[in-house]
Amino acid sequence: MKNLAYLSIGVIFGITMFKSEAASWFRIYEMFNFQAFHMYGIIGVALFFGVLMTAIIKKKNIKSFYGVPVKFDDKEKSIKRYLFGGIIFGLGWALAGACPGPMFTLVGAGFYGILIVIGFAMLGTYVYGIFKNKLPH
Amino acid sequence: MMNFILDPWPWYVSGGLIAFVMFLLLMMGDSFGMSSNLRTLCTICGAGKKTDFFDFNWKSQKWNLLVMTGAVVGGFIGSHFLSSHSGVAISNETILSLQEYGIDSSTTSYLPIEIFEAYSVKSILLLAIGGFLVGFGARYAGGCTSGHAISGLSNLQLPSLIAVVGFFVGGLFMIHVLFPFIF
Repeated sequence: MKNLAYLSIGVIFGITMFKSEAASWFRIYEMFNFQAFHMYGIIGVALFFGVLMTAIIKKKNIKSFYGVPVKFDDKEKSIKRYLFGGIIFGLGWALAGACPGPMFTLVGAGFYGILIVIGFAMLGTYVYGIFKNKLPH
Repeated sequence: MMNFILDPWPWYVSGGLIAFVMFLLLMMGDSFGMSSNLRTLCTICGAGKKTDFFDFNWKSQKWNLLVMTGAVVGGFIGSHFLSSHSGVAISNETILSLQEYGIDSSTTSYLPIEIFEAYSVKSILLLAIGGFLVGFGARYAGGCTSGHAISGLSNLQLPSLIAVVGFFVGGLFMIHVLFPFIF
């Protein structure tokens, strides 16, 4: 039952990514060229509701479906890792035109070239894991 | 109504649905963040034997792998049952600037076939490098678009704002500085 719930949430997410065209390389290219409002609208609306719901859940102490307080993890304070990591991620995001969610959506949509992106994203994750302690964080 | 489903979904519907997905995951007692699945996949492939970073019980992340699997299924449903055409309605300016790079498949394809279906040495290299940077960068920054730009910013996390600024610095540099050399 719980498994089915997670799977269903993923299905909603996948359909949304595909139908919003946020999974399209073209939309990412257009976004970084500031030639349409579309992607900014998507992120903006998601954030509007996201900020609102996070504030309400915290303020009203809303419990999860399982009766325990909803947990929010504060990110550890630093600048370097977020800036350097973010820039590296952005370079790849613009080139491959897909971030780690839409990548999987595109597999389901039948674009098998994306498997190269996923394979190398795993390799990139692995290489980070190896050099983690040598990198400035 | 049918057209509303078959046409691309407008930004306000899509943005609302993303927030809804985050809400459901929070209420399940988890959080919205897709890139950590890449780490879990490395662990499943046995990376934990060599590196501590991957040495954790991947079953604790089974829920997120299920969300990821759902995203694959959602992509299948979206493209096979909920779409009537395959092009992407990007702006005319965008179409023109892509033509200069020899990419003109936006009216007929969801992804540029010149990159994703050419299977030339160059296109494979671009996909490989792009993927590598996404995977490396997401873990280095501790999250991706979902974890930082949506979850983190919703929780007013300064680190997430720094990461998102980084995403844009990198993305803008790639498109405006490097693309003219690549294409």
